[in-house]
Amino acid sequence: MLKFLLEKEFKQFFRHQFMPKLVVLFPLMIMVLMPWATTLDIKDIDTIVVNHDRTGLSDDLVETVGSSTYFNLKDITDSYDEALRAMEFGEADLIVEIPAGFENDYVETGAADLLVAINTVNTTKGVLGRAYLQMLTAEFAGREPSPAQSQTMLTPKLEVLVTNMYNPLLDYKHTMVPGLMVVVVMLLCGFMPAVNIVQEKELGTIEQINVTPVSKMSFILAKIIPFWIIGIFALVVCMLLAWCIYGLVPAGSIWCILLFNCLFILTMTGMGLIISNQSSTMQQATFVMLFFVIIFIMMCGLLTPVKSMPDWAQAIAAVNPTKYMVDAMRGIYLKGSNMTDLWQEAVALASMAVILNIWAIISYHKNS
Amino acid sequence: MPAVKVENISKSYGKTVALDGVSFEVEQGELFGIIGPDGAGKTSLFRILATLILADEGTVTVEGFDVVKDYKELRKRIGYMPGRFSLYQDLSVEENLQFFAAVFGTTIRENYHLVGDIYKFLVPFRKRKAGKLSGGMKQKLALCCALIHKPDILYLDEPTTGVDPVSRKEFWEMLKKLQRDGITIIVSTPYMDEANMCDRIALIKGGRFIGIETPENIRRSFSVPLWAVRSGQMHRLLNDVRAFSGVKNCYAFGETHHFTTGEGFDRDKLWSYLEGLGHTSLWLEPAEATIEDCYMQLAKM
Repeated sequence: MLKFLLEKEFKQFFRHQFMPKLVVLFPLMIMVLMPWATTLDIKDIDTIVVNHDRTGLSDDLVETVGSSTYFNLKDITDSYDEALRAMEFGEADLIVEIPAGFENDYVETGAADLLVAINTVNTTKGVLGRAYLQMLTAEFAGREPSPAQSQTMLTPKLEVLVTNMYNPLLDYKHTMVPGLMVVVVMLLCGFMPAVNIVQEKELGTIEQINVTPVSKMSFILAKIIPFWIIGIFALVVCMLLAWCIYGLVPAGSIWCILLFNCLFILTMTGMGLIISNQSSTMQQATFVMLFFVIIFIMMCGLLTPVKSMPDWAQAIAAVNPTKYMVDAMRGIYLKGSNMTDLWQEAVALASMAVILNIWAIISYHKNS
Repeated sequence: MPAVKVENISKSYGKTVALDGVSFEVEQGELFGIIGPDGAGKTSLFRILATLILADEGTVTVEGFDVVKDYKELRKRIGYMPGRFSLYQDLSVEENLQFFAAVFGTTIRENYHLVGDIYKFLVPFRKRKAGKLSGGMKQKLALCCALIHKPDILYLDEPTTGVDPVSRKEFWEMLKKLQRDGITIIVSTPYMDEANMCDRIALIKGGRFIGIETPENIRRSFSVPLWAVRSGQMHRLLNDVRAFSGVKNCYAFGETHHFTTGEGFDRDKLWSYLEGLGHTSLWLEPAEATIEDCYMQLAKM
């Protein structure tokens, strides 16, 4: 029985003018475009320097700022008001004002003041811009020791050496790619079968099926199984793309990735089934799904770390299957985590899968 | 054993009562029609008979099987064609038929003798997607799919709504033939000429059956005087007759208007009243009730 139903599902799927393309295009789009679009690396901060000093040292500083890839030196003026106006018009993100007597102070006392004004409409840009500039000036001061300082050279100097673990080059794309794979699997496996079931309701074809000896179970399985296969296929496409484009291969085991994806797929299909039981039109189903997709994506730690959210938001994220999945995928991909490290995530996903699927069965019986 | 035995079933959706204590029996091999206005509960009745929904009260047995307890067994024996086209529009004619044969564990070849007469119309289009067929062809395909597993009983919910007159006629000829093959058929229709093709018809109104009779007896039981009227000013005539005292119900009926009358009606007074209103070439005669008149009377009640 299931064989005929599956045959029909695949026939319909491959006959659809859009769906088969989607299964390839969707992972491709997400894998090729999204890591670049979701990057939090800040580059090209438009900077104006207001230089009242015009000495060798201040020119050196301007050159240091200008030659950094973080800053994009737009202009050097001697009017702070003019620079501020440029910022108001969005032409500058950062203003560095070098006061008159900068070199003089530095040589005499070993310290000099700088004024930095930052546009924090985009906080990330503002905060990172400040940090970069601090880093740059500290480096600058180390390179050009003031004569006043060299007299007190005997004081021991503390140097901090930073080692980045698991993503040594701080490549933001490496952080995003495993998480984006979760998004692909979530959309394909959680929501497509639900929409498909609701579509049969809306077109009335389910009526004709219901008067045949086809059991409910085989009907639903025939709807879900193709998308399990499609989901795993899309995952493989994603992993191949990650390898080809970003040179990213999982540090951990591929079997571990597969196991987590199976758990996650079960969770998402359970949820999709609940939605399909409650909806009678595709429009309803799509809207409810969209609601959950947005919450799942925004609160899973993919874009912003869950740990920096307020407690109540962390409580919501704790019941978000996507969060566990993103953690697990990043762990396996970047850290090489294994099941011993990730048992908590596995248990969380497995229990959600059980709860959601039982709920789906109960809500199904209520509606029939 | 009657093919269908319905005892006192009721069904409501919230406060809306769809069926209110309906009882009837359908004999083996009978062509049974259900006639009633939209919203009378026809579809709910079909859905209960087809084991798709449960009645709130009452029992239904079809071919000796209870629709609630033995629904699995029953589903192998019934063919149901819903009012709305509900085959897979993105599968071809042939694929649809194959699919429905397969889920019933049979093949097209095995039961071709049953659908052959109907399917032959579809053979030229068998590679065409079902969604791209004309209305009449869709109905024929739906009937084939409902028949392919050799059901004992066939339910057809408004099968000819939205189908052209030629296809309708063909469709009823097919039904007559199926009936001769021994299949019990229950059909609902809003078309009065089709009601005459049934062995017996049930008139349904507001979830109740108000009469189960042969079409002939239904016509005979029309209880009030019925008249036919015609004039050179047909459009105006309708409202003029309605305004006359003693006229109960007046409606367009082909080339004439039919109206029923109550107490205090006088033919001659109506004649002079209409002449006074400037109606020319006036014609006014008693009429014999058709099923449509019965239906109109029913719908107004």
